[in-house]
Amino acid sequence: MPRRPPGTPRPSEITPERIFRTRRDLLLGTLAAGAARLAPAAGTPPPTLSYQRNARYGVADKPNTYEEITGYNNYYEFGTDKTDPAARAGAFRARPWSVAVAGEADVTGTFALEDLLRPHALQERIYRFRCVEAWSMVIPWVGIPLGEVLGRLRPTSRAKYVEFTTLLDPRQMPGQREPVLPWPYVEGLRIDEAMHPLSLLAVGVYGRELPNQNGAPLRLVVPWKYGFKCVKAIVRVRFTERQPANTWAVATPNEYGFYANVNPAVDHPRWSQASERRIGAGFFAARQPTLPFNGYAEEVAGLYRGMDLRRHF
Amino acid sequence: MSPVDRRYRYVYKPLLFLACLVPLTWAVGGVLAGAGLGIDPVRRVLGIFGKTTLNLLGLTLAVTPLRVLSGNAHLLRLRRMLGVFAFTYALLHFLVYIGPFQGFAADAIVQDLTKRPYIMVGFAALLILTALAATSTAGMMRRLKRRWQQLHHLVYGAAALGVWHYWWQVKKDIREPLLYAAILALLLGWRAWRRWRRAATSRSARPTAPERSAA
Repeated sequence: MPRRPPGTPRPSEITPERIFRTRRDLLLGTLAAGAARLAPAAGTPPPTLSYQRNARYGVADKPNTYEEITGYNNYYEFGTDKTDPAARAGAFRARPWSVAVAGEADVTGTFALEDLLRPHALQERIYRFRCVEAWSMVIPWVGIPLGEVLGRLRPTSRAKYVEFTTLLDPRQMPGQREPVLPWPYVEGLRIDEAMHPLSLLAVGVYGRELPNQNGAPLRLVVPWKYGFKCVKAIVRVRFTERQPANTWAVATPNEYGFYANVNPAVDHPRWSQASERRIGAGFFAARQPTLPFNGYAEEVAGLYRGMDLRRHF
Repeated sequence: MSPVDRRYRYVYKPLLFLACLVPLTWAVGGVLAGAGLGIDPVRRVLGIFGKTTLNLLGLTLAVTPLRVLSGNAHLLRLRRMLGVFAFTYALLHFLVYIGPFQGFAADAIVQDLTKRPYIMVGFAALLILTALAATSTAGMMRRLKRRWQQLHHLVYGAAALGVWHYWWQVKKDIREPLLYAAILALLLGWRAWRRWRRAATSRSARPTAPERSAA
């Protein structure tokens, strides 16, 4: 048997690194609590926001419940199971937060989130949300029209696209320790899509600040596109002349494209997009037909006039 | 009836039967109670039935290796129940797909079955399991004689198609399908290795074999 010098702990006494780190994070979290406002502990709902309801944007169907919206998430930074984000994002620190603005714009640099949002009034909009996996929800978001925020950054005439990047922090985002996707998550919009009045920068849901699992503190909502376009926990906005690479199109180019407009006529290679299951409708509920552009065709179909949407899926 | 017969008949088999019913009880109980299956119960129940099928197929295929390695030939008595339950869960999985998942939309289902490779692969596995379950009785075994064994070798194909079906339907995170594939490879690889070794030893045991006389 190997001899240990006196005072050396037995292997069984050594705390595994993972537990050691969790303990450190807990301690750090407790310290932060004393210093400033803090991401709420799991279970307590986030603080309420002051906002105006925008009645122009409503949906006839009943919105999904808060529990459904915050308990069923695709957010691979926290794991690939739909319950992983709610279970694992509790300790994520969404404040303080800053956003870097770069590329083809007059106003660039790094801005505190509060400074970026201060000039704008928050509004609530109820949107349909359609995941590329053929399920859907109805969600009351709180946010600011993306175009208003981008307009203040004064994009130049060379800004043809906008790229958004999610935070890269494997210490806080355990899913990023796995090579499931190329990290960090990147998404993009054409500039006219980004400036469209339907595009929303969301900071809340159901009148409260976004819970971590929904992309706190800042996420994109583009209701006529599949959910994966709605990049979460945004830390960088970059105006570009060329079409940016977006994560899913890089990872699986034959299945996911740049545009990702909701389109019942163009199937995913592995499943039909003609209909969808509304989450929360019950075990024996019927599927619903999927609407072109997720029901927003009247507003946005003009953006794609003359384009072959089978090719630009 | 020997004590071993009695133990299998009155203890092991009933216990295995009850264990095989646990996933079904969980799913049906959850649907009836409207709770315990998470926010998307349809997807969850599909998952429970699908994975239980794969787990039971794996156990079915593990019987022979366990029997050989442990030297306990009685284990074979549990195999039919495992196999028939694997078929039952595959059928339940298909019924949940037809009803709650596709809402009995015949056109969508026909399209899936003719156009979507991962659905076709899963359906092929179900057809094989149906044939095996239909011929699983002692009477069928007697009637088919040697062909019964040949027919039931199709279980290897069913298991492979099942894992393939699972692999193809995940979006990106293939770690779990990979685990199933590795276990299946182990179970089938063990058989291939054993067959190869048997062939090798029977060759070397016959000194008049052509390879030998040539040497």
